[in-house]
Amino acid sequence: MATATQQGALTRDVTVTVNGTARSASVETRLLLVHFIRETLGLTGTHIGCDTTSCGACAVLLDGTPVKSCTVLAVQADGRAVETVEGLAPAGGLHPIQEGFHEEHGLQCGYCTPGMMLVSKALLAENPDPSEEEIRWAISGNICRCTGYQNIVKAVQHAAARMKASA
Amino acid sequence: MYPASFEYFAPATLDEALGILERYEGDAKVLAGGQSLLPLMKLRFAAPRALVDINRIPGLDGLAEEGGVLRIGALVRHRTCERSPILRGRYGVLGATAPQVSDPLVRNLGTVAGSISHADPQGDWGSALLAAAAEVVARGPGGTRTIPIDDFLQGPFTTALEPAEIVTEVRVPDPGPRSGGTYLKLERKIGDFATVGVAVHLSLANGKVGRAGIALTGVGPKNVRARAAEAALAGAELDDDAIREAARLAAEAAEPHDDLRGSAEYKRNVVRIFVERGLRTAASAARAA
Repeated sequence: MATATQQGALTRDVTVTVNGTARSASVETRLLLVHFIRETLGLTGTHIGCDTTSCGACAVLLDGTPVKSCTVLAVQADGRAVETVEGLAPAGGLHPIQEGFHEEHGLQCGYCTPGMMLVSKALLAENPDPSEEEIRWAISGNICRCTGYQNIVKAVQHAAARMKASA
Repeated sequence: MYPASFEYFAPATLDEALGILERYEGDAKVLAGGQSLLPLMKLRFAAPRALVDINRIPGLDGLAEEGGVLRIGALVRHRTCERSPILRGRYGVLGATAPQVSDPLVRNLGTVAGSISHADPQGDWGSALLAAAAEVVARGPGGTRTIPIDDFLQGPFTTALEPAEIVTEVRVPDPGPRSGGTYLKLERKIGDFATVGVAVHLSLANGKVGRAGIALTGVGPKNVRARAAEAALAGAELDDDAIREAARLAAEAAEPHDDLRGSAEYKRNVVRIFVERGLRTAASAARAA
């Protein structure tokens, strides 16, 4: 974690809990969270799409809340928890949301998929039985140019049913 | 894209934050939600020498009504407003605005106070707060002052805030019983800025209009208060003729330009239609309140 003496510096020590593991690094204060995740930590499952806060491809969960990691500084995540798509699956298996995207063909090119899945995870944590409208509302900050969203909605519904059955 | 280098501060108190702002003499910016500031910095439209992150300062995230005033703290996110039961009924113009700001991910971080401090003429909150007759509380080296929202919003990306001041909260006076409001927004897609936005607030008294607040988004160099329409409604019976006349006056107050979102004529027409619809929605909400 940053110390008081680092106030005002151009670089700062940060510790971010990423997918359950504390990761520390000295970063430039201007480093964006998405670059911290992809380049500092090498977790390239988080994508960069528009880079202008419009598309949601870079969505991660920050303390459980979906945010666009291209529009958050790495230093802002200091002391907080980040979940990326790499954190979804248990060892050797698939998360029900991943299974839903697989079963329902919820992706074509796959570029938006990590963001879509994390937003879906946050939705289902709060609302285990969302309506189609609620799903569409939840993913409305995430752009998909392939699917027309139809199968993404089905994938989330699949996951919701699966998670409810095993709850 | 990444921003130009900056010195980063995450103070634990407001006094500390104010001290840093004063020291940098206008070359430091306050970071709240960052959903407008960071994109500007990435595009290098803004390159402050220092950022003062206020997210670790306790006590700025309150959203509560007390003593006849609704207080929206500097760190209250759009999402909190979207979900708040307080922002329904007589504060309906605010409650209707919140879910229409940008998209869900941006709303998770972006703040009301940050949005008006950024003062984008296409920002939704400026219109909602004009309609609600809000005030902005700012703290600086000289103490605390309260600025009516009409004076606070000065022009495109320009506010009455001094470089060493921080907006600590937005205050909305209780409009009283029999009040209601709404916000109508035409956008090409979720997350886009408004082609046209119309905020309407109505307080009824003895079956007539007590106070009407009408403000427009996306049709001027800042959020535009439709003063003539408001004045025509004050004290009037809210019948079809009064609604049509107010809508006509509001459309006249708009200063739209042709752009990729539509022609000036089209936008002016949308203002007229939205004011009519907004007044009817606000009136039925006020009667039900």
